[in-house]
Amino acid sequence: MTSARIPALISELRRESRDGLVYMEVCGTHTMAISRAGLRQLLPAGIKLVSGPGCPVCVTSTADLDRVVALARRPEVTLTTFGDLVRVPASRTTLAAERAAGVDVRVVYSPLDAVNLAQAEPEREVVFAGIGFETTAPVVAAAVLEARARGVANFSVLSLHKTMPLPLRALLDLGETPISGFILPGHVSVVTGTACYEFLASEYAVGGVIAGFEPDDVLEALVMLVRQTAPAIEIGYRRAVRAEGNVVAQRLMATVFAPSDADWRGLGVIPGSGLALANQYRESAAEERFTIEIEEPVEPKGCACGEVLRGVLDPADCALFGSRCTPADPVGPCMVSSEGSCAARHRYRDVDGVV
Amino acid sequence: MTAADRILLGHGSGGKLYRDLVRDVFVAAFANPVLDRLDDAASLATSGRIALTTDSHVVQPWRFAGGDIGLLAVAGTVNDLATAAARPLALAAAFIIEEGFFMDDLRAICASMARTAAEAGVAIVTGDTKVVERGAADGIFITTTGVGEIVVDHELGAQSVRDDDAVILSGSIGDHAMAVLAARDEFHFTTTVESDCAPLWGLAEAAIAAARDTAPAAAARDTAPASAAALRFLRDPTRGGLTTVLAELAESAALGVEIEERAIPVSAAVRSICDLLGYEPLSLANEGKMVFVVAPEKADAVVAALRAHPLGRHAARIGAITAAHPGRVALRTVLGTRRVLDMPVGELLPRIC
Ligand code: SF4
Repeated sequence: MTSARIPALISELRRESRDGLVYMEVCGTHTMAISRAGLRQLLPAGIKLVSGPGCPVCVTSTADLDRVVALARRPEVTLTTFGDLVRVPASRTTLAAERAAGVDVRVVYSPLDAVNLAQAEPEREVVFAGIGFETTAPVVAAAVLEARARGVANFSVLSLHKTMPLPLRALLDLGETPISGFILPGHVSVVTGTACYEFLASEYAVGGVIAGFEPDDVLEALVMLVRQTAPAIEIGYRRAVRAEGNVVAQRLMATVFAPSDADWRGLGVIPGSGLALANQYRESAAEERFTIEIEEPVEPKGCACGEVLRGVLDPADCALFGSRCTPADPVGPCMVSSEGSCAARHRYRDVDGVV
Repeated sequence: MTAADRILLGHGSGGKLYRDLVRDVFVAAFANPVLDRLDDAASLATSGRIALTTDSHVVQPWRFAGGDIGLLAVAGTVNDLATAAARPLALAAAFIIEEGFFMDDLRAICASMARTAAEAGVAIVTGDTKVVERGAADGIFITTTGVGEIVVDHELGAQSVRDDDAVILSGSIGDHAMAVLAARDEFHFTTTVESDCAPLWGLAEAAIAAARDTAPAAAARDTAPASAAALRFLRDPTRGGLTTVLAELAESAALGVEIEERAIPVSAAVRSICDLLGYEPLSLANEGKMVFVVAPEKADAVVAALRAHPLGRHAARIGAITAAHPGRVALRTVLGTRRVLDMPVGELLPRIC
């Protein structure tokens, strides 16, 4: 770890910061990195860090989780997904509970594993429940193409993928949280580049810095934000992010997916913020292959994940935090997911309480 | 491929095939006077307090960089005995084998068990084998039971731990879990990390000797070996890792534990896999490490003794017991910030030990 720079960055922040600064990160990896390093303990009192809608599992709506469960319950379906989704509460159950009851749910570490599984078990309908942002979407796109190239017809994708910039617009439009600037996601931006964030500065006068994931990367981004005299989008994570992004990955996504409406926990339906399989790949879409019917969704009782994801409520201020809701016995997705902000704050709290 | 290359259901039947298997594989590998008698129970002579432990091993795959299920099965039980300061006296091994398992693989596993037992200075004196139908077990499961003779006369354990005691770790953490993870190949990564799996009685013995009170006054008082009461607690951080050992210790001792992230050895390779996959090194399983809690005045001597042992070269004092925040473990990060270490929940790695 490059912790040698930390003291200098901290004193720089102390020197340059003002009161009442609120910076939001919108990436689960940042959420975890900040809490794990205990960065809040080092910051000057005037700077507050809040988490936004950056945890892919957490922003998945209960209705979408119910659709995943409904698919998994079909006898011919083998549902594959990333581990984090398995424990998240849908309306009346979790995939983990369904699996224990005999439903065929399998955790994979890459969508390509799901394609391999489909090839190995041709009598099963292997569905991959795809969640995540521009980081995972290209990998899923590649898996769809690979399945097609190999003629694996029993593989399909329920795409719950979302794209990053639009929820930031939605947040700013709501205006509930005063946001002085964004710590923008490093991994997502490796793919997207910077252009998609320019509206933050030009339309909303809110700056942003794309940050890496080491503690000093985050502090450096904060220093850059504090120093901005005019709102701008800057790259702090120069070793990985280029202004134009990863053109190959962008093209892959644009080929396989098309923008669609997506339902965000806490923000509701945001038009064009999702990725559905494009027209020529519709036969790989699970929702084309199977009719998915769900009952009226039921939200986890007393859970304030929606407010937490909008940065309106600090996780520690949720009435259930640490009492009824802990990582061992979670109530809402923000405590279940390893990238959720409630989980991060609980897992990495100080011995004497939350920081 | 002939039937003779594989384990058959008949090998578990108790008939001739079974006898041949016992003689040609197990007795051949573990040869010792007690086992050679092939009695249903082994008789042992002991004096003093004994420790008894048992552990089942189900690691998948059974072979991984730096070890295999045989090494694990023997080392795991020897190490459990070592946590009670017990010199291993004898081991028993029970095998559940899936029909169709390769005979050569079973031989390799037994050879590894024999080698590890010899290294630990203990014999495998009795055993049992069951063969189950294909699909009823995954390859091979081994349960080892160990008896040991406790070499200290004070009570070891969380209840003996005091405010201000030193916490010592015998070496780098996370290697075993990452070696097995790489061998499972689910994440498709390759690494140079090897499992640390090893029998630790020798290492524990070195720590016990270093903890003995050798002040001239005490030595002059009587001829009995000096007390090792400065050694309070030993535990091998296997499943759940260092975090679990310390969290359980804090809870049962009703004291706090304060550790320094900077002092905890983690290899660069393990750290980079953890960064990539989002694992916490402190919560990863080890099979060749020991945590010691020692009275502060003996801490340096114990660290020096551990470092002089080949399995403890990277031993370090990683923290201390404190009366503050009883029941909780605090980690002082490399940045100087502080956070709690909770027992890990949920996604622990499957079947790594
Ligand atoms: S603490 Fe638990 S209940 Fe409260 S918002 Fe977070 S996940 Fe929901």
